[in-house]
Amino acid sequence: MTKKLRTAGVLSALALALTACGGAKVGEADKPAAGGKECGTFNLAVSPWVGYEANAAVVAYVATKDLGCTVNKKNLKEEISWQGFGTGEVDAVLENWGHEDLKKKYVEQQKVAVVVGPSGNKGVIGWYLPPWLAAQHPELKDWKNLNKYASLFKTSESGGKGQLLDGDPSFVTNDEALVKNLKLNFKVVYAGSETALIQAFRDAEKNKKPVIGYFYEPQWFFNELKLVKVDLPKYTPGCDADPAKVACDYPAYDLDKIVSKKFADSGSPAYELVKNFSWTNDDQNQVAKYIAEDKLTPDAAAQKWVDANRAKVDAWLGK
Amino acid sequence: MASITGSLELHVRKPRRIVLVGGLLVVWLALWFVLRGVHTLALGGQDTTPFHRWLTEQAGVVGSGNAVSDAIRVVVDQLVVLLQNGIAQPSYGRPVPVIGWLGVVAIAAFLAWAFGNWKVALLTAAGLTFIGMQGLWQESMDTLSLTIAAVVLALLAGIPLGIWAGLSDRFFKVATLVLDLMQTLPTFVYLAPLTLFFAIGPAAATIATLIYAAPPVVRLTAHAIRSVPAESVEAARSLGSTRAQTLAKVLLPMSRSTVVVGINQTIMAALSMVTVAALIDAPGLGQTVLKALQTLDVGVAFNAGLAIVVLAIVLDRVTTAAGDRPWRTASVRRKVLLGAGAVGVLVAIWFSRTYLWAAEFPTGVNLGSPIAVATADATTWVQDVFGGFTYGVRDAVTLGVLNPLEALLTESPWWLVTAVVVALALVLGGWRAALPAAVCLVLLVGTGVWHDAMVTLASTLLATVVVVAVGIVLGVWTGRNRRVDQWVRPVLDAGQTMPPFVYLVPFLALFGTSRFTAIAAAVVFAVPVTTKIVADGIRAVPTATVEAANSVGSSTWQVISKVQLPVARRAITLAVNQGLIYVLSMVVVGGLVGAGALGYDVAAGFAQSELYGKGLAAGLAIVLLGVMLDRITQATAQRMTRRTRKFRGTVRGDNLW
Repeated sequence: MTKKLRTAGVLSALALALTACGGAKVGEADKPAAGGKECGTFNLAVSPWVGYEANAAVVAYVATKDLGCTVNKKNLKEEISWQGFGTGEVDAVLENWGHEDLKKKYVEQQKVAVVVGPSGNKGVIGWYLPPWLAAQHPELKDWKNLNKYASLFKTSESGGKGQLLDGDPSFVTNDEALVKNLKLNFKVVYAGSETALIQAFRDAEKNKKPVIGYFYEPQWFFNELKLVKVDLPKYTPGCDADPAKVACDYPAYDLDKIVSKKFADSGSPAYELVKNFSWTNDDQNQVAKYIAEDKLTPDAAAQKWVDANRAKVDAWLGK
Repeated sequence: MASITGSLELHVRKPRRIVLVGGLLVVWLALWFVLRGVHTLALGGQDTTPFHRWLTEQAGVVGSGNAVSDAIRVVVDQLVVLLQNGIAQPSYGRPVPVIGWLGVVAIAAFLAWAFGNWKVALLTAAGLTFIGMQGLWQESMDTLSLTIAAVVLALLAGIPLGIWAGLSDRFFKVATLVLDLMQTLPTFVYLAPLTLFFAIGPAAATIATLIYAAPPVVRLTAHAIRSVPAESVEAARSLGSTRAQTLAKVLLPMSRSTVVVGINQTIMAALSMVTVAALIDAPGLGQTVLKALQTLDVGVAFNAGLAIVVLAIVLDRVTTAAGDRPWRTASVRRKVLLGAGAVGVLVAIWFSRTYLWAAEFPTGVNLGSPIAVATADATTWVQDVFGGFTYGVRDAVTLGVLNPLEALLTESPWWLVTAVVVALALVLGGWRAALPAAVCLVLLVGTGVWHDAMVTLASTLLATVVVVAVGIVLGVWTGRNRRVDQWVRPVLDAGQTMPPFVYLVPFLALFGTSRFTAIAAAVVFAVPVTTKIVADGIRAVPTATVEAANSVGSSTWQVISKVQLPVARRAITLAVNQGLIYVLSMVVVGGLVGAGALGYDVAAGFAQSELYGKGLAAGLAIVLLGVMLDRITQATAQRMTRRTRKFRGTVRGDNLW
């Protein structure tokens, strides 16, 4: 039995060898286009969220097609991208959320990174409700009414209080201080990941469960579900100076772009592109939707958007 | 005479111990009522202690690499890049890798045949072709390159260290501590520093994988050498063998099957790091999983996870078959056949270098999207059907067991918990348990995350109890029955290597964001290793011993409880240790689904630089919990086996031996 099988295996391999002597040969077809020498290699950090990926997709597409750069996308968590500025492994970060401490360390102290202005996207952080709940209890949109409904948000995790579902660990949160200082009968429960937050909102909308949680825009998930933001006491500059005494909303973030000093001084056309790159939340959401919902590859998504928005792209290129 | 006093001692002391433990718990409860909420050392989510801030500063001081780390980086980078050029990435000016898919399949199947048998060769060819049809050939080959590099390095270092730890008691003690550290210190804690030392690239990813994957092979090699009966060693010595001869002719051959289990576990551990390493740009399937999860695309994530599982199963079966193959010279006929096979492989390689269809996996057959769609549908169905029921289970367990346990641990003053735990350790395991427990608890207070550590401890205890119970039952079942083993093994492999990120989304849908979800994920991850080690131990019980028990008319239950489990006790102790460590290595993943506490601290420390020190402290706290629980269980187990040995010696010994 074994012997027969082995023989059969050898024979079929031979048969394959004899019959299959056809087909295209390696190297006959498309040779990769010669990369533009003047741009060279462009190391672009890609952080793990879809909005960032949309930025990276479009910039990489334009850099490759219009400038002839060889784009090296590197998938990295934010902290590690910043580390890469010093070692020359990362040229640019396209969507930076605040990170004042990192700016201080790498821009001011080590002088290896440079801030090159806003990406045009506005970051919003706050507390959000699933649409059905906001429709049924519109008064929940005002934080003053939260205590009245606290018992609605009770779960196995919240120890008898209402549950405020918190954070992606990547973002700073003042929520424990807010709950305390606004005297809310809520307990902060750390969902711990964007995945968990999105799943919680999805489940809440589908099964009409009450949930209130920390979330942010721009975010591809808003294409699927228009979460409703709760109004916290208005943000005024300085109201969040002492983290322990915060009793106001989060500030709006102007998301910005960071490049390595070396890249900024290199005179690469890719640097000019990064410097000029700017688009709106709607633009980003559009590309994010192509990637997240229509399941296009980042490259195909970028192509689709660029083809429809040639004028904006030309402006970045200084045409 | 000694044995009689031994059994007397047992009868006198056994009830006393239970009374002592019960008494301690009652005292604890009483004091808890009085002292609730005092000295609980709670710390807010964004709050840090001076110690944490000091650690954060140190992270800034740690500069990037030096000559040594650069040398290591260059070597490891070259190794990985060489492998990638060979099978994964376009290289050397050609648009395809050196060896295309047909060549890789042929080489892999041939190696499986040469070192194992034709069955695993078929499995290898089928498995790799399946991955290709999933549309993940290049990603899988990237992952395979990285895994091979990490595993080869882990074995080169791990097996010699394991042998040393097997021979030297002193080194064994040191090694155990270091291995506990390597396995329980969350990867997130050293991921960022590693990229500082070894730069962003394959080297850092490989070394991160290596750190997590090397311990099993060291541990199991040491365990195997130590399990060789003293009589065999003495016999060899009395025949005049030198130490080296004893090692080469007696210890190593007799340890081989367990060492292979260790190699398997190392491969599994390496593959389970694929997604985490993707956070520092490790290429391959991990990227696919992470990308899919950004949009909660369970189908695509599962498809990639499945490819990891298939790789794991192929590698596992081939190494197992290689380990089982008797060391003898091949027959002439086999040599001829192998020679013919080698020619066939060369032909296949030539094809894969010449023709496009043999170089790049054809896209004609695509199993990837049907698998993704089917998974997504199945997940939705399970969520819809079981959603309400699972929430009920969660609430019952949380309210009935977890919350009371957690309240007891978190609301008691820290000094009360410390006192009670040390006292319990003293009663159960003696000084050898109490001393490490005391040291760990004091250090735990020093980490500044005491309160979070207690929350995590409650979940960990619950998860470990479940893991050990399930693991022993499954392990005994599969250990006694080859056929069951064949069916259960792939499921266990899947549980161990399917990236937890893949099943987090369905678990979140079934149980919501909660500590229970984290416990469920930890159980899925830790049960396989426990089961495998128990099964290995049960199989290692000499057939003669089992037959002797059967011949005197023992029931199946008696054989299991009186013969197999006691004889396999070393393996069971190891299984408990590994079960615990695997549960602890899931604490961070638990933090991502609502368990909060230490897991969240570590994840936040990785993501927010100002919290780095707190994350590191939380990582150390996880290690301390692991060391403490491990020392208590080990010491307790040692005491109990010493006692049962005496017990059997006087009462049952006459019947069985």
